[in-house]
Amino acid sequence: MTSLPEKTDKKLGLVIDLDTCVGCHACVISCKEWNTQGYGAPLADMDAYGAHPEGSFLNRVHSFEVTPDEGPSAVVHFPKSCLHCEDAPCVTVCPTGASYKRAEDGIVLVNESDCIGCGLCAWACPYGAREMDPSEQVMKKCTLCVDRIYNDNIPEEDRVPSCVRTCPAGARHFGDLGDPDSDVSRLVAERGGMDLMPEQETKPVNKYLPPRAKDGLGETDVLAPYLDPVTEEADGFVGWLDRALSRI
Amino acid sequence: MHPAPSLIIFTTLSGLGFGLLAWLGAGALVPTGWVGFVFYALGYGLAGAGLVTSAAHLGHPERALKAFTQWRTSWLSREAVLSVGALLLMAPHAAGSVFFATPLPVFGWLGAVFCVATVFATSMIYAQIRAVPRWHHWTTPALFLAFALSGGALLSGQITAAALLLALLAVVMVLHWHFGDRRLAEAGSTPETATGLGFMGRVRLFEPPHTGANYLLREMVHVVGRKHAVKLRVIALLGAAVLPALVLAALPASHLAAGLAIALHGVGLMASRWLFFAEAEHVVGLYYGRR
Repeated sequence: MTSLPEKTDKKLGLVIDLDTCVGCHACVISCKEWNTQGYGAPLADMDAYGAHPEGSFLNRVHSFEVTPDEGPSAVVHFPKSCLHCEDAPCVTVCPTGASYKRAEDGIVLVNESDCIGCGLCAWACPYGAREMDPSEQVMKKCTLCVDRIYNDNIPEEDRVPSCVRTCPAGARHFGDLGDPDSDVSRLVAERGGMDLMPEQETKPVNKYLPPRAKDGLGETDVLAPYLDPVTEEADGFVGWLDRALSRI
Repeated sequence: MHPAPSLIIFTTLSGLGFGLLAWLGAGALVPTGWVGFVFYALGYGLAGAGLVTSAAHLGHPERALKAFTQWRTSWLSREAVLSVGALLLMAPHAAGSVFFATPLPVFGWLGAVFCVATVFATSMIYAQIRAVPRWHHWTTPALFLAFALSGGALLSGQITAAALLLALLAVVMVLHWHFGDRRLAEAGSTPETATGLGFMGRVRLFEPPHTGANYLLREMVHVVGRKHAVKLRVIALLGAAVLPALVLAALPASHLAAGLAIALHGVGLMASRWLFFAEAEHVVGLYYGRR
């Protein structure tokens, strides 16, 4: 049913640390690798070895340049995937009931055998989290690796989303954001975790941790004043040239 | 948004078809026999062709029947239910008029209400989408309804009503552009809110996540169609509303004058609907440094 659950028992989601992300795209690759096998239709690549390769991905990393009023710009790497919103507009627009949000853990999923590929859910999402698979013509989105996190057949440390498991910088965290005492909730509280586009009123579950303030450049060295150029005026030929030209 | 030909053809044809059927159902015109056959064939043909074209937009048209199930939450599902309801409810009235010279006004009126409701549901598919601020406004249903009712009036030869509705249509078109041009700014979504990084400074895309195209860019970040927006607005306004109204006022009532007015209206309607999609900015473009 495409109505949203009144409340979910858990709010499973990701916390992404923009201070730590190095923009290596390892999460993009591991996501594609895990999710192209097993759950649902594979994530297709079209024209993979041709002039215009493209494919469906559930997670992509943008890089932004942020320019303050004063001082140097900063580059922020910005991974983006489904935010598993509490008021997910992608769910209620679905005409077939293929798109749904689970009452038990809040994960937003697509039942691919009910998806007619109309694309309306992708239009309804402000974040671009849903992509139509170019080969299967059904809507693909982040499942929070629902086939890993409850999977008793894999080692316990692997029971997290593939992107979280693979991140070499530890910039991605997974947990229950509905439990105020969970590690992820405490992290969000400590670091001032934020919502993307709050004005869209989707109430995203995933949170982003803002980059920490960087050290200022300030004085580069306490000895700097003693390193002023000693020679005030040039001598020799250059000095003569300087004086001659100054007189003209 | 990508102005997909299937969507433009679907919304324009079905709008005209349901508009015509609404006027026929409401009894503004009670044609019987062969004349009735032509009118109802036109109405059913336009509405039906529109619905078939819309199925061409689907990735899996063979599962289209599932789209009738979620009418409690989904405007797209409501549109499917209402459109079939309208065509079925209108059928006794149409068959009675054409084959037995016996109109059944109860079915006609019910069908007319469902026809208007179908057009409203179509418009709400777009108007409900907050991520496209230009659409998320009352002028979207107003525009679709004004087009359907004025086009239906033209097709059913309601000269006075058509002239008044065309004037109304012109006003609604201008209002849709007037408010639409401000909607993105009013929505308050910017690269700064999209990334949450506004507290650090101005945000600009430094490197996109992929060098090639993808579904999002093709479907929602379509900027090519806006190149001739001003010219197309003039064509849409003159073609859809101003010129047909002048034709109705200046030329004596005849099939030729009606045909000319309808042809002009059709051209303007296509231009308007192209702009409706092409000019609509989806906020996901903010993540790609485009609008």
